[in-house]
Amino acid sequence: MLRLGQSHYDALRQHGQETYPYESCGVLLGHVDEDGARMVTSIARCTNTRTDTPQNRYHIDPGELVRIQREGRERQEDIVGFYHSHPDHPAQWSETDLAEAHWFGCSYVITSVQKGTPAMTNSFELTGSEEVAKKLVPEEIAVI
Amino acid sequence: MAKIHIPTPLRQYVSKQPSVEVKGSTVGEALHGLVSQHPDLRRHLYTEEGKLRAFVNIYLNDEDVRYLNKEATAVEDGDNISIVPSIAGGTSLASAGG
Repeated sequence: MLRLGQSHYDALRQHGQETYPYESCGVLLGHVDEDGARMVTSIARCTNTRTDTPQNRYHIDPGELVRIQREGRERQEDIVGFYHSHPDHPAQWSETDLAEAHWFGCSYVITSVQKGTPAMTNSFELTGSEEVAKKLVPEEIAVI
Repeated sequence: MAKIHIPTPLRQYVSKQPSVEVKGSTVGEALHGLVSQHPDLRRHLYTEEGKLRAFVNIYLNDEDVRYLNKEATAVEDGDNISIVPSIAGGTSLASAGG
């Protein structure tokens, strides 16, 4: 389960609206609650570095991730997931999303942005521990 | 000693530590020190041929070692090494056109 506040939920959806018709992307920081849920306590907007095809691809500069991780450590936060948008496509993971997902045990949140307006938002946990057997499994989003 | 920061998915292989201090005069030596201490981590960082996996980025402080001297990049006491699996994706090519 992914647990996050209304303001964070609204912010990641708003980001997808702002970057439409291009994909937005960002990082979810927080901790894992005792019940195993990933609790988001802050989000970090990132720049989509895929300037060649930003309408259907995203990539976060790992250098930006190093900075976000460092700032998170200073607040006792860990990376618990990521988000991105699918402009005019469903809020479902694609083969590309699965192939490029490597953060096991983290949440991958996808917001469908239809004609510039955020529609469905879904979250998937990357399960497994090996590249050959990984899966993106739907998980509940609890907005608190 | 350099400090290697471990990303959340790989901490299960290093006794759940967020970072590990290792000796080594280069990035490669430090990483090999890390996987020697924690052998279960090795296959998640390296291919069977012993090369770093393509999606594993290694940063020395704020620099990608690919643009320094790769694994031969010199490490000094107090340096921070970050292991950063890549983050990417997007709608599939097949559906992107439809």
